[in-house]
Amino acid sequence: MATTTQIPAAPAPAVHRPKRRWGATVFGLAVLAVMLFPLYWMINTALQPDAGLVDVGPVPTSVDFSGFTSALSDQGGNLLTSLAVALGAVAICLAISAPAAYGLAQFKLRGSKTIVFGTLITQMVPGIVIANALYSAYVDLGLVNSYFGLMLADASLGIPFAIVLMRSFMVSIPREVIEAAEVDGAGRIRTFIQVVLPMSRNSLITAGLFSFLYAWSDFMFALTLNTTDDVKPITLGIYQYIGAHVGDWGSVMAASVLSAVPAAILLVLSQKYIAAGITGGSVK
Amino acid sequence: MSSTTASAAALPADPKAPAAGAVKKPVNPRSAKRRRTLAQWGFIAPAVIFMALFFGYPLVRNIVMSFQDYSPSTFFTGEAPFNGLDNWKNVFNDGLFGKALWQTILFTVGSLVGQFCIGLALAVFFTRRFPLNGILRSLILLPWLVPMVVSGIVWRRIFDQDTGVLNSFLGTVGLPGDTPWLTSTSMALFSVVLVNIWIGIPFNMVILYGGLQEVPKELNEAASLDGASAWRTFRSVTLPMLKPVITVVLVLGFMSTVKILDLVLALTDGGPADSTQTLGTLTYQNSFVQMDFGAGAVVGNILILISAVFAVFYLRVNRNEGK
Repeated sequence: MATTTQIPAAPAPAVHRPKRRWGATVFGLAVLAVMLFPLYWMINTALQPDAGLVDVGPVPTSVDFSGFTSALSDQGGNLLTSLAVALGAVAICLAISAPAAYGLAQFKLRGSKTIVFGTLITQMVPGIVIANALYSAYVDLGLVNSYFGLMLADASLGIPFAIVLMRSFMVSIPREVIEAAEVDGAGRIRTFIQVVLPMSRNSLITAGLFSFLYAWSDFMFALTLNTTDDVKPITLGIYQYIGAHVGDWGSVMAASVLSAVPAAILLVLSQKYIAAGITGGSVK
Repeated sequence: MSSTTASAAALPADPKAPAAGAVKKPVNPRSAKRRRTLAQWGFIAPAVIFMALFFGYPLVRNIVMSFQDYSPSTFFTGEAPFNGLDNWKNVFNDGLFGKALWQTILFTVGSLVGQFCIGLALAVFFTRRFPLNGILRSLILLPWLVPMVVSGIVWRRIFDQDTGVLNSFLGTVGLPGDTPWLTSTSMALFSVVLVNIWIGIPFNMVILYGGLQEVPKELNEAASLDGASAWRTFRSVTLPMLKPVITVVLVLGFMSTVKILDLVLALTDGGPADSTQTLGTLTYQNSFVQMDFGAGAVVGNILILISAVFAVFYLRVNRNEGK
């Protein structure tokens, strides 16, 4: 950050009461410990598989990876399904929402306002209501139990959010930049791909990240739009796993850990985008 | 694809262009403008079509379905005869609907109050400058990013009456360590609310923290110079400035809480004895367990109606905010 402004400001409070500042850190650590305890417990249980139905110790004294091996052999395919479906949903989501966000931000079209309004509204339609109607339509169209069908449905979780987020970013692209590109002879599509998209990189990443998280976490569409085991994402896999393996918490928790890994990786790699997505998508 | 657009774009200079209308001039500014508008709509059209299919169609379809008789055989025969208000009457006469509605209210209000108060307290706490502030703040987001079903299953393990860590911890510190968190009808809903509060804290915290950053520091300083206590400053200066953000947080929290499904299914499957059944799970039960999509549609429509009331509220707030 702006080091020049921080240098004069920083020493003052440090001299004042250094103890209190570390006190706040200790309190913050305590809050974090409470908030992350369930996730710690998930890992802890996953590493103690033989402790099926008895109380597990606070730390894994003898680390045992058999829970992970059985989770991987039972759920590995479902993890790949989740990955494929989520990536497909991200692709559909960005392909549809990026041009729309650009159009709604930069073109002066009659009806744009109504569409933006409609986009905000769609974010409030309960998912189960969509699933309810979609199921019979999917049956008619042969999209039940298909990867493509689930990708489409999962893309719907991210599209309104992505449009709103990217639009609010693209509004601030100066008209002159776009006009300059058009003067240089670039067509509308080339201007969009070579000028607008690179300039909107951050908002594209944020939108893509969130549509990935939405699709990866999706349980409802996975549950309702699949009647066979052909397309089974990890969320559905774990849910069914718990019914069949209720005594084997080690494996269930190991599968849970595996399913939470993408969230953890994304948080570490791109906290900036995540924070931007949470605030940007909701406040604007 | 690109070749067709290119040739279409090349057309206007062509003498062939007037074919569309009766005008004879080779370059007609009006039709050129229309073509440009059409090309611009090309950017937006896919999204509009998608949203019409995945949001508009289900809304309409649900209304129609709520007047139709669906049974498991409908999906073989394709026949769902209209049955007037039968579905509506059945749903309302079934005591479960009232129960689910009441439990949805308890669940939503309880979750919102808990999430918001703790989220706000943490947001205020994190406005202080101390070492590791940024890292701690971003790590607290983790529970929010984990799939909700997974959180539900982890908590189900923690809540286990005999072997869960919560009861064994309570037992160790001398409290009653045999609470049937998820298996008694009087405790289950409370436990589900607790988990949902845990899930919602990060979201509330991040947005409220962002809002607090916008409150000018000079205002707080001026208030404390005037002799206002910290609490008084917070109540009379910070909170009013934060009001728009608070409204957004509460409405968005409401939206995601009122329709909850994943969490309840993972924790309790709506049980024991329907004590955690909400409108969201009831829609699911009616449609996808009983295969009575007509009844599911009725509950779904009521869920939409409740959401719509808040959607209007949200958009009004949003409009006032967007200057």
